[in-house]
Amino acid sequence: MEPHGGHGSANEPTPTIWPVGFAVGIACIFIGLILSKIILVVGAVITAIFGFLWIRDATSGLRTAAQPADEGTEPSTSAPPIRADRGRAAMPEPGEDEVVRFPRSKLLEATTLGLGGLIGIVVTAPVLGFTILPPFIKQGHPEIDVGAIDDFPENKFVTTTYLLNPEQGEVSRRTAYIRNNGLLDNVPSFTVLSNRCVHLGCPVQINGLPLKKSSETRDGLLVDRTPNAAAAGFGCPCHGGQYDTEGNRTAGPPVRALDRYEFRIDNGRLLLGDTFSVSHVSGTGADAQIYAYPLAGPGQHVDGIEAWLYPVQPPR
Amino acid sequence: MAKKKPGRKDQVLALLLYPLDWLEERSGLVGGVRYFLFRKVPGDISWGHTLGSASLTAFIVQAVTGVILAMYYKPDPNSAYESIRHITDDLYAGWLVRGMHRWGASVFIILMFLHMGRVFLYGAYKFPRELNWIIGVLILVMGMMEGFFGYLLPWDQTAYWATVVGVNLQATGPFVGPFLGDILRGGAEIGPDTLARFYSLHMLVLPGAIAGLIGLHLYLVVRLGVVSPPWSPEGAGTERPGPPPPPRSGLVAPSPRGTRRR
Repeated sequence: MEPHGGHGSANEPTPTIWPVGFAVGIACIFIGLILSKIILVVGAVITAIFGFLWIRDATSGLRTAAQPADEGTEPSTSAPPIRADRGRAAMPEPGEDEVVRFPRSKLLEATTLGLGGLIGIVVTAPVLGFTILPPFIKQGHPEIDVGAIDDFPENKFVTTTYLLNPEQGEVSRRTAYIRNNGLLDNVPSFTVLSNRCVHLGCPVQINGLPLKKSSETRDGLLVDRTPNAAAAGFGCPCHGGQYDTEGNRTAGPPVRALDRYEFRIDNGRLLLGDTFSVSHVSGTGADAQIYAYPLAGPGQHVDGIEAWLYPVQPPR
Repeated sequence: MAKKKPGRKDQVLALLLYPLDWLEERSGLVGGVRYFLFRKVPGDISWGHTLGSASLTAFIVQAVTGVILAMYYKPDPNSAYESIRHITDDLYAGWLVRGMHRWGASVFIILMFLHMGRVFLYGAYKFPRELNWIIGVLILVMGMMEGFFGYLLPWDQTAYWATVVGVNLQATGPFVGPFLGDILRGGAEIGPDTLARFYSLHMLVLPGAIAGLIGLHLYLVVRLGVVSPPWSPEGAGTERPGPPPPPRSGLVAPSPRGTRRR
């Protein structure tokens, strides 16, 4: 029998690269589930190949059945030859190298542990995926019709609330602060700010006097609109963050300007889409220059050196 | 009859002991419990050593009241608040059980901190008890996670916005923070899944983990023994000269003051 490796005992596994590749494959599967099927297939292939090689490597010691040096103390695995009265022996006497065989206890041990581990993986992987992956899949929502352009008086902020998903009820209520900036090159211009404070996500309020509320139900969706007489900016009730009328931070802990909604005008109706993040805004109203970034969570910088802390955002 | 007939008292005693004997013969559980309750501990331990048992009691109170509250609570955004109001206002003693759970949560955390302080000041975290310290810290962290996840369940404005802030706070962690936030919320925003997720973590995942760790914690306490106070003549690292202290029997006959070495 060949000694197993140059170091350690025969039962000690030698370090291998296969588990690393196996882990990379699993990671590819998870990424593929989110991003694309091609990556998923590649990940599955990598996992299968490296898994096979890993198992082959890990069981090589068992398959070659490394023999310990103290052979003499081992109980013999062969029975004494049975004497037959006539003819040849019923059980031929084993030859010198037939005496050492793959011990049955080792096989049972490896089978039990291997099968148990396999069942564990097969059960754990989907459960873990079910726990972790759904928050990252299908997080989008349809555009929301918040009213006709005429419903938004020029240069006044209108607090607009609606249910993103009426089936879920009040928990899906969202608020946008919408200001009609008039026409810019004959195209209506709007400033649509999210009410989510970019410090830690509390709802910012308009610093100003609310006027009469109007409501409209369209396609089963109730939209409330409350114009504001003279908005002086926005303030957050939780930790005192303050913003000006363009959403720029003026005081307090927020790390950037208020998020904004993408919007579209269709047949004279204002449709709100997804939100995006804004580092800061220069200029005002229709002439504002918006420094836009992909949506980031509250408290996360989108520009400057601190933005390096958040290199990857979850898919939306 | 040469032998005296057993009296009525003995008969009743035998009747009472029979189930215990039956259990002991088949499981050894009675002996195990006796071993656990009447094992040897240093003679000069004090009330400070009861803080661990007190924490355990607080946890058991939380578990029992929590199980009962779960019979009436509905983890759905449209009915959670109403079900809590129903528990508090309508059901018999609902206010009491909910109050026990709500205030007991703070008691549990406070007792764990006091227990931790006692262990630290007595040096009871040192070899060979480091592992028990680590397990204890895990229990403390999970206890505080219980507080975080349980806080959302009343589903009122305080609960909702505190959870918004708490989750966003964790989402500002570098690199993995944004992903952690989404996993906690069960999505990009707080929704129905968030409440059910928090409920499951609060009443199934974390209590199970804490109970398992408490079992491990107690096993190590029994295996490694209880530490004497640092000023004790039996304390670690002190020589023990002279004759052993006079025998004493716990609460009934405490050792006389003069025999204690300082």
